[in-house]
Amino acid sequence: MCHPGWHRARIAAQHLSDLARLRRVRDRIDREYRRPLDVEALARGAGMPAGQLSREFRLAYGRSPYAYLTARRIEHATALLRRGGPDPAGVWAAVGCSSPGVFAARFTELVGMPPGAFRLRAAGPGAALAPRPAEHRTGPVRNREAPAAEPQLA
Amino acid sequence: MDITIHTSFLPHDDPEASLAFYRDVLGFEVRSDFGTGTMRWITVGPVGQPGTSILLAPPAADPGITEEERGTITRMMAKGTYGWILLATRDLDGTFEKLQAGDAEVVQEPTRQPYGIRDCAFRDPAGNLVRIQEVG
Repeated sequence: MCHPGWHRARIAAQHLSDLARLRRVRDRIDREYRRPLDVEALARGAGMPAGQLSREFRLAYGRSPYAYLTARRIEHATALLRRGGPDPAGVWAAVGCSSPGVFAARFTELVGMPPGAFRLRAAGPGAALAPRPAEHRTGPVRNREAPAAEPQLA
Repeated sequence: MDITIHTSFLPHDDPEASLAFYRDVLGFEVRSDFGTGTMRWITVGPVGQPGTSILLAPPAADPGITEEERGTITRMMAKGTYGWILLATRDLDGTFEKLQAGDAEVVQEPTRQPYGIRDCAFRDPAGNLVRIQEVG
């Protein structure tokens, strides 16, 4: 017979090891976001179905792995554009997005203006006013988690 | 006033694994080691810099921390959002190669950041983020 305390301890230990597995997925996104990377590939690497990965990642980090990956790409794009890096027309490829249309839409959604307008503003006299992603409601925040209404760690 | 920053703290959940990382992979020296089992307080630091240490400590050992808070801390450690530290080296590429060869979990390869510095990042065995930046 198993002591109920042991059962609880085993469940808690399993939960911690599941969280560590999600952490490795998030670290992989941080490491490889410039490469072609999608939720299927991340799930394969973590050895779990894509739906399960998305669900558990969202519970742990407050957003889906796809949203986290997109946020990292857009954050990197704003840094490139701020530095006067590649032409806005080419930034999507430099940050690992597979389509310029999807990139422009996500960029506009997260930063509040299209990439071209952002670059003009970042380069112009109003550069200090150019929005930083971290200041935007849904913007990516490096090394910080998106505020979840109800942190669900357990 | 003559004040130095003497000791910073990182949590561990497996003292032997953390010790192996900081001593054998990072090359730190062990300055003290108290306690038994998972309740161990291990002081490590870079060779030749006796005035600066990291205390690897059991998390949430303070008796004022509730069971619920203890659970939150251990879950945050596991998901990699609790402890972190910033180290510096003159030889970032050499350090990175040594850590990578030591089988440390790489979070970021050496990268020039938009804010000017060049750095890399690893996880220690407890999930703490160890960021290492290059200094001239």
